Amino acid sequence: MNLDFTDAENAFRAEVRAFVRDKLPPAIRDKVAGGVHLTRDEHLQWQRLLFERGGWSGPGWPKQFGGPGWSAVEQYIFEEECALGGAPRLIPFGIKMVAPVIMAFGNAAQQARFLPKILAAEEWWCQGYSEPGAGSDLASLRTRAVRKGDQYIVSGQKTWNTLGQYADWIFCLVRTDPEAKAQRGISFLLIDMKSPGITVRPIVTLDGAHEVNEIWFEDVAVPVENLVGEENKGWTCAKFLLGHERSNIAGIGIAKRELARLKRIAAAETKRGKPLAEDPLFAARIAEVEIELMALEITNLRVLSAEAENKAPGPEASILKVKGTELQQAISELILQAVGPYALPFAGAAPGPAHAANRAAQYLNLRKLSIYGGSNEIQKNIVAQMILEL
Amino acid sequence: MDFSLTEEQQLLEDTVRRFVAKDYAFEKRRAILDSAEGWSREVWQQLADLGLLALNVPEEHGGLGGGPVDTMLVMNALGPGLLLEPYLASAVVATALIRDAAHVGQQAALLPEMAAGERIVVLAHEEPGARGRPARVATRAREDGDGHVLDGRKCVVAHAAAADTLIVSARTSGDDDDAQGISLFLVPRPAAGLTLEAYPTLDGTRAAEVHLAGVRVPAAARLGALGAGFAALERAQGIGLAALCAEAVGIMKATLDATVEYLRTRQQFGQPIGRFQALQHRAADMLLHHEQAKSMSTLAALRCTSPDAAERRRALAAAKVTINRAARFIGQQAVQLHGGMGMTDELVVSHWFKRLAAIELLQGDSDTHLQQFIETANAI
Repeated sequence: MNLDFTDAENAFRAEVRAFVRDKLPPAIRDKVAGGVHLTRDEHLQWQRLLFERGGWSGPGWPKQFGGPGWSAVEQYIFEEECALGGAPRLIPFGIKMVAPVIMAFGNAAQQARFLPKILAAEEWWCQGYSEPGAGSDLASLRTRAVRKGDQYIVSGQKTWNTLGQYADWIFCLVRTDPEAKAQRGISFLLIDMKSPGITVRPIVTLDGAHEVNEIWFEDVAVPVENLVGEENKGWTCAKFLLGHERSNIAGIGIAKRELARLKRIAAAETKRGKPLAEDPLFAARIAEVEIELMALEITNLRVLSAEAENKAPGPEASILKVKGTELQQAISELILQAVGPYALPFAGAAPGPAHAANRAAQYLNLRKLSIYGGSNEIQKNIVAQMILEL
Repeated sequence: MDFSLTEEQQLLEDTVRRFVAKDYAFEKRRAILDSAEGWSREVWQQLADLGLLALNVPEEHGGLGGGPVDTMLVMNALGPGLLLEPYLASAVVATALIRDAAHVGQQAALLPEMAAGERIVVLAHEEPGARGRPARVATRAREDGDGHVLDGRKCVVAHAAAADTLIVSARTSGDDDDAQGISLFLVPRPAAGLTLEAYPTLDGTRAAEVHLAGVRVPAAARLGALGAGFAALERAQGIGLAALCAEAVGIMKATLDATVEYLRTRQQFGQPIGRFQALQHRAADMLLHHEQAKSMSTLAALRCTSPDAAERRRALAAAKVTINRAARFIGQQAVQLHGGMGMTDELVVSHWFKRLAAIELLQGDSDTHLQQFIETANAI
C-alpha cells in the first residue's frame, strides 16, 4: 500500500505542467486568475492547443477516436495540473458528455461525423436536459419529438442550458412515446442549433452573468439519422452519460488552486495590525478546509484505484461530487470573508485591492455547484439507495 | 499509488476479523468487562498465539517485523470488537518505543517476552494539564548514584494496572514544556514508591493514576540517552496515533453498518424507517464521514514513520482532526437513528459510541491537532 505516483506518472505530470506553463496564453491565464468569464474563442483556442498536442482536448478519449488513451490516474493528473496551471476548465458538454455517448451508442456514421469536430474544437456542444418541470426529476421531461417520415419534429422548452449561446449543436432528451411511463419513451437526439424554430433566451444569474439559457423548440425538424441508439431507449444513454464526466468531479485541482488564493489573500489582508492568516480563528478555518481537501484527495485516489481494477465508475462518484462541491463552496466563502468590505463593490467597480475583484461574483456563481449535475440532495439519495441499499 | 493489500496482509486482516467474530463476541466481552481485572489473560495469550503480539517486533527478536500498514489492518479489524486488552498500549506503542529507543540488550530482554504474551509494557507519559502536547513532562528524575529517583504523577494511563513494566517519561533537565531534557525509564511493577489508583474509563477500558514517590531505578533501566527521549517518544506516539485512527475507522464502519441495518428493519408508519429521506441523508452523511476518515487513517499509517518530521506531524494532526469529527458525527447519529434502543446498554451501538467518544479525547483533541496542523504548516 502506498500513496506515491509511479515514476512514469510523475514524468507525465511534469510534461503536462510544462505544457500548461508554456502554451496557455497569458491573456487566458489572467482571466481565469481574475475570475473573468472567457469568450467563446478563448475557450476554443485553449482546446485547440490541447488538441494539437496529441488529442489532449479529450483526456478521457481512447486512441481509437484520436484521444490520448490515458488511464484514469493520468486523466486525474492532467485535470489537476491544468487547474493548478491556471487553465480554464474544459467545456464538458462535447468532450465529456455527448462524445462518450456517441462512442458507446452511436453508429459509425455518427462517430465519423461528430467525434473529430468535437476533439478538434471545431464544433461547440451544449446540453438539452433540464426543463422547467423536469429538474431533479429529469424523467418527467415533456419536450416532444414526433416522427414524420425521415424527420422528428421537436417542440418544447429546455432550461438551465449552459453556454448554448455559443453552441453549434445540442444533445437533447426528448419524449418520443407520450404514452410510456417516466424513463421509457425518452430518446437521445442530436440537434443542429442553426435549425429553424430554435430560440435561445438568456437567463441572467445572481452574479450578473449570462452563463445559462432557456431554449425553445418550435416544430424543429431533426433528421432521424440524428437519433443516437434506439428510439425510446434514450434513458440508457442518459444514465451512461451521468456515469461519465467523473474523472474530475471532485475538482481537486481547482480546490487546491483556490485554497492557494485564499492563503495569499489572507496573508495580504490584515486584522488588528497582523496578517489575517495569523489570526487564530481565521487560521483555524483555513486549516479545516485544507484538512478536508487532504482527505478528499485521498478519497478521490481510492475511487480511481477501484475504478482502475476495471470496475466502472459507480455511485462512489456521488461521494466525490458532494464533498468536492461543498469544499469549493467553503473556500469561496472564506475568500469572500478574507477580502472583507472590498468584496462588496460589484459590476466592474474595483476600488479595493486587485485580489478583491470578482470575488463576490465568484462566490455567488459557485452556489451552482451543489445544484447542477444532480443536486447534492440527489447525490445523497444515490449514496443512500445505491451504496447503502436503503 | 496502490491501495491493495498483499496476500499476507489480507490473511492478517482475515485472522483478526475471525478472532473478533468467533472469540470476542459482545457477550464474552461483557463478561470480561465485568470481571475484577477488566481484561482477560486468556485472550491475551490467544492474541500471542495468533502472532498478533509479535507483529511489530523485529524479526531478530522473534517477531514478524510488521509495519504501520499491518498495524492499521489489525486495529481496524479489532475495532468493532472493542478489545479490553492492552493491544494498542503494549503491542503497538510500547513495542515501537522499545524498538526505537532501547539498546539491543534491552530489546532482547523485553521484546521476545512481549511477543509471547509473557510481558505487558505500557507507556506512562501523559500528565495532568498536558492536553495532548507531547513535550509536557513535570515528573522529575533526580540522579542518585548510578541510577535515578522518580517523582511525579501520570494521569489516565490506560492499562497501567495490567502492565508488568511501565515506561515512565521523566525530566532530567529543563522546564516542564521543553522537548529537551526528557528521559525514559523502565519501571517494574511492583516497585517501591510506585502506586496505582485504578478505575474504569467511559468505554470500559481500565486506566490508572500513576503516582511516583521516590521510585528508584538503576542505570540499566534507562531507555536511550539521558535527556534525549522526546524524539523516540514522539515517533512512538505517532505510530500509536495512526493505530488509534485505524481502530476508530473500524468502529465507525461497524457502527454505520449496524445503523443501516436498523434503518432497513425498523418499521414505523407501515414502512422501514430507512425509506424516509431525512434518515437516508443522515446515513449518507455518516458514510461520507467514514470515507474521509478511512482516507486519513490510511495517510496516517503511511506517514507515521516518515523521516520528514514536518510531513509526519502534519499528516497525523490532519488525520486526528478528521477522525475526531467523523467519530463524533457517526457515533452520535448512530445513537440518534437507533432511537430509544440507541440509549440502552444492551446494544453494542452504545458501546461503540462510547469508545468513539473516548478516542476523541485520547492523544490530543481536535483543537490540539488543529493547532498542531497550523503550527506545522507555518514551520514549513
